[in-house]
Amino acid sequence: MTTNVVIDPVTRIEGHLRIQAAVTEKTDSLGATYYEVTEPGLSSSTMVRGIEQIMTGRDPRDTWAFAQRICGVCTVVHGLTSIRAVEQALNLRVPKNAELVRNMMIGSQYVHDHVMHFYHLHALDWVDVASALTADPAKTAALAVGANPNNKPWVGTTTTTPTAYFQKQIANLVDATRSKTQLGLFNSSYWGHPAYKLTPEQNLLLVTHYLEALAWAREVVKLHAIFGGRDPHPNLLVGGVPITLSVGTEGGTALNTSGFNIVKTAITKMKTFVDNVYLPDTLLLAGLNKGAPNYATLPKYTDWVDYGASGLTDASGNFLGGNFLCYGEFANVSKTVDESIVTSLTNDNMLIPHGVIQGLSKTATSAARTVFNVLKDTQSVTENVTHAWYTYSGTSENLHPSVGQTNLSYTGPAADTPDYQDKFFASDKYSWIKSPRWQANGTSQPKPMEVGPLAHILMMYARNKLPGDKTVVSLVNANWISPTTGLGLPLGKLNSTFGRIFSRTLETKIIADAMQGWYDALYANKSAPYSDPNAFKLLAAANTWTADKLGVGFTEAPRGALGHWVKIGKSSVAGDTQAKVKHYQCIVASQWNAGPRDGLGQAGPYETSLKGHKLADPDRPVEILRTIHSFDPCIGCAVHIVDSNGKPLVQVSLNHS
Amino acid sequence: MKDDDKSTNESRRNLITRLLQEPPSPENDSLLNETIGDRLAQMGVSRRGFMQFCAGMASMMAIPAAMVPRMAAAALAAKPSVIYMSFQECTGCLESLVNSSIQSSANSTTIENLILNLVSLDYQETLMTSAGHEAETIRDEIMAANNGSFVLIVDGSIPKDPTNGYFISGGKSGVTRFVEAANQAGLILAVGTCAAFGGLPNADPNPTGAVSIGELMASKGINKPLINISGCPPIAEVITGVIMYYLTYGAAPALDSLKRPRVFYGEDIHDECYRKDYFEKGLFANTFDDAGARQGYCLLKLGCKGPISNNACSEVKWNARTSFPMKSGHGCMGCSQPYFWDGGVTTAKANPVPFWKNGPYKSPSFYSPLPASLVDD
Repeated sequence: MTTNVVIDPVTRIEGHLRIQAAVTEKTDSLGATYYEVTEPGLSSSTMVRGIEQIMTGRDPRDTWAFAQRICGVCTVVHGLTSIRAVEQALNLRVPKNAELVRNMMIGSQYVHDHVMHFYHLHALDWVDVASALTADPAKTAALAVGANPNNKPWVGTTTTTPTAYFQKQIANLVDATRSKTQLGLFNSSYWGHPAYKLTPEQNLLLVTHYLEALAWAREVVKLHAIFGGRDPHPNLLVGGVPITLSVGTEGGTALNTSGFNIVKTAITKMKTFVDNVYLPDTLLLAGLNKGAPNYATLPKYTDWVDYGASGLTDASGNFLGGNFLCYGEFANVSKTVDESIVTSLTNDNMLIPHGVIQGLSKTATSAARTVFNVLKDTQSVTENVTHAWYTYSGTSENLHPSVGQTNLSYTGPAADTPDYQDKFFASDKYSWIKSPRWQANGTSQPKPMEVGPLAHILMMYARNKLPGDKTVVSLVNANWISPTTGLGLPLGKLNSTFGRIFSRTLETKIIADAMQGWYDALYANKSAPYSDPNAFKLLAAANTWTADKLGVGFTEAPRGALGHWVKIGKSSVAGDTQAKVKHYQCIVASQWNAGPRDGLGQAGPYETSLKGHKLADPDRPVEILRTIHSFDPCIGCAVHIVDSNGKPLVQVSLNHS
Repeated sequence: MKDDDKSTNESRRNLITRLLQEPPSPENDSLLNETIGDRLAQMGVSRRGFMQFCAGMASMMAIPAAMVPRMAAAALAAKPSVIYMSFQECTGCLESLVNSSIQSSANSTTIENLILNLVSLDYQETLMTSAGHEAETIRDEIMAANNGSFVLIVDGSIPKDPTNGYFISGGKSGVTRFVEAANQAGLILAVGTCAAFGGLPNADPNPTGAVSIGELMASKGINKPLINISGCPPIAEVITGVIMYYLTYGAAPALDSLKRPRVFYGEDIHDECYRKDYFEKGLFANTFDDAGARQGYCLLKLGCKGPISNNACSEVKWNARTSFPMKSGHGCMGCSQPYFWDGGVTTAKANPVPFWKNGPYKSPSFYSPLPASLVDD
C-alpha cells in the first residue's frame, strides 16, 4: 500500500518548503516493516514576494540592496551578483582592492554559512540531544581530547578540566530541560528514533560544538562589519566597495589598524574552527577521526553514501547519472596576481571552477568537466514553468532568463481547507519555484542540474590544476577513495547524502585556507583605490545612451550557481538622466536543486534524491530530512520572482570579454 | 525555610519571582543579589559578566542603575515562552538576533548556555528540531499552555488576502497562522521593517498585497500590545534589549508614534554619528574613495539618510560594537523608516507617505542626497 508522507513546513532551512514523498510498506528479510520511497518526491515552495517586479524601474545603483533581501542568509552573494550584473552592463572593471574585499566577504559567508549549516541546521538529524544528557563526562572528555586535540574551550573558564567542562554542559542542558517541561528548540519526538546511531558521548560532544559554533559565528561576522558596516546585509557598492582605508588622526573609517586586526582575527578564527572542530567532526561521522579512542568501532553514518543521489532514471529504473553545474567563484588575486573575476573566468583561474559534469555514475572513478561560461550563454540555461504557479504567454517552451517572463498564477489547493495536504499531484502545478534546466549548446535535451558544494568539489577534482584543486584531490583520495586510509568508495558515490556533507566540509577548508592570502594582498596594497567613481558617472548619463545595456552577474554562492540578468536603459521621465532598470531576472542556487518537474516530466534534484529512501517510521521521517537538509535549502532565494510585465524582451547579444 | 527554597533550582526561581513582586527594600534587594549570584553560579555563568551585560543593557535603555539587580533577577526568573513565526521574510532578522552579543569576560560558551536559559524559544522554524505536522502541534500546545502570556515574535510581512496563495505554510494562509497566534499572545514584537511597516514585499508595486503586522492587526480587530522593532535587519541588541526591558518591568517601554521603543529609536542616526563634527565644519566626502572619504568626512552628499532616520546604529553599533554603516564608508539607507524602499524617509516621520506616489520617479536612489530642507543642524 502506498501513502504520502508530507513534511510541511520543513524546518531548519531558510524559507518555506513543503516536501511530499510516496512510500510503500515493505518487509525486510528479518520480517521487520519499513517504508520505501518508490518514486521521486514533490518539492514545493509555498511563499512568494515578487522582488524582481519591485526592482523594475529602480536606479541600477540601488538594485544590490533589493537583491540582497532575497535572502538574509545569502546576504553578500545576491547583492554582489546584482552589482556584477550592472558593472558588466557598463563593461566596468573594479579596482584590485575591491576584488580582494569581495573575495573575503564571499569567503567569509561560505565559512560562516557552512559551519552554521552543519551544526545548527543539519546536526540534529544525526545527533540525539536526549541521548547526550546520558553521556559520561569523563568518556566525553577523552573523546574530545582525542578527536579535537586542538580545541580546548575549557581553558580560561571556571571548569578547568575537560571532564568538568562536559559535566557542566550536561548540567546546562538538564537545567534547560527541567526548568520547563519542554526543551524549547530541542523539543522533538524524533529522539530515540532508530536512525540515530551515535554514542551518548559523541552526541554530547556535537551538541557542545553546536553551542560553541554559535559563539564562534558572532566573531567571524565581524569581518562583514568592518568591510560592510554590519552583518547581515552589509553594504556594497557598484564600482567597488564602500569601505576605504582610514587616514588622519581622528574619525576616519573602520579600516584602520584595529579594523585590519579585527579582520585578521576573524580569518584566524575561521581557519582554527574549521581545522580543529568542523573537519574533525565530519571525519568522526565518517568513522575516520583517527584521534578518537577506538575510532574504528565508533558508530558512524557512512551508510548514507547509498542514499540521496540526485539524477534521473530511465524507464526501466536504471540510474542515468548525476548532472552538475558551476558558474565559478573567487577572482585569482594575490600579492602578485591581479585578475578581475571576468579575467579569471576567461583564464579558468577561479578558485572554484566554472563548468558542467554530466552523467556521473555512482561507480565513476573520474569526472569529465566541460567549461561553461554563463556570461556568454544565450541558450543553455533556461526555465520551465509547466509545474510551477506561473504562466508563459505565447509559448510553452523553456525560456532563457534574458527573454524570461513570469506571471503569477496560483492554481494550488486553497489554504485553510482541511484537505489541502491531499491535493498535491505530480501532474499539476505545485510550487512557486520554476524549473531551471541546462542543455549543451541549446540542442540536447534540457536537464536538471545539481548545484552547490558537491558540484564544487567534483569540478575542482576534475580540473586538478590550481593548488586548491590539488588539495581537494589529495583530501578526496585519502578520505573517500583510498581503501586503506579512507572509505574505499568510488568518486561517483560523492553524489549522496553523506557525500554532500563531506564536500561541504572540504570546500569550507579550501576557502578558509585561502582567506589569509587575500588579506595579506589587501594589506600590502591598502593605500590603492577601493572603488571607481566612473561607475556612478556612467549611470548618471543614461540619457545619452543609444541602446539599453544588458548585464549578466554571477557568483558561485555557498549553495551553488547564482545568476542575475539585468537590462538597464534611459529613464522614461523627461529630464531624468539617471539609468533605470528595465528588466530583472534571477536564477538562483536553491532553485536548481529545489525546483519541481519540468515539461518533460523530469524531476528536480531534491525530488530524485529521495527515491529509494527507507523509512523506519513514516510519522517521524528523519531519513527524508537528512537528505533534503544535505542540500542546505534556501527557499527565500529560490522564490524571488515576478517579472515586470511578463513581456518577452528583445534578444540582446551579450557583450563582454 | 529560605534555605529549603534555595535547595533546588526551581524554588530559587520561585524565590526570585516572589521577591520581584514585592516592593523594593534594602533587605529585598540584598536577598535578590544573593539569589542571583547563586542562580548564576548554578548555571556556571560569571556573575560579574552577567551584571555587566545587564548594566550595559540598562544604560542603553536609560534604566536607572538601581534597577540593574532587579533586571538581572527578572531575566533569570522569568523564562517566558517565545513563539517566533516567519512570514514573507529573508531570515536576515533571525541572523541578526543570533548575533546578539551578550558580553562577558568569561568564556563565551557560558553565554550560549545563558541564552538557553533566559527565554524558552519554543517555536522557530529555522532552528527548531521538529518539522512538519509535529512542529505545528508543538506550537499549538505551547500557545494553549501559555495563553495570554507568551511573547510572539514575527518577522516578515503577510499577504492581506488569505486566498491568493502567496503565503501558505502547514496548509494555512499567513493571515490564519498569524491571527491564531496573535489572539493567544501576551505581547507581539514585529521584528524587522517588513513586519513593522511592510518592508520590501510592500514596496511599489507590492505584487503580493503584503501588509505590516500592525495593519493586519487593525484590520482583524486584534488589540494586543505591539512593539515595532524596525530595521532591515534590526540591531541584535535592540531586539534583546526590548525583551530584557519587558522582563524587567512586565510592560512595553515607551513607544514613539510608529510604536517603536523611544530608547532605541528616539534619536536621529545623524545626531550620534561620529562624523557629525565634519558635517558641522562643512566637510563632506564627494565620492566613495576620495581623500574626504578616507578622513571620515560626512556622507550626506553620497546619499546618507542619517538625519531623518531613527535608530541606534551610531550609538549601539553593529556586531558587538565593531562598526556601523557610516563607519564603514556607506551612508545610512534609512532602513528603520517606513517606506524606505520607496523613499518614504524623505517625508513626514510620524505619518509617512511613499515618495513615489507624489513624484515622477518610482523612487529616489539611496544615493540621492537629501533635500537641504530635511537636514537641520
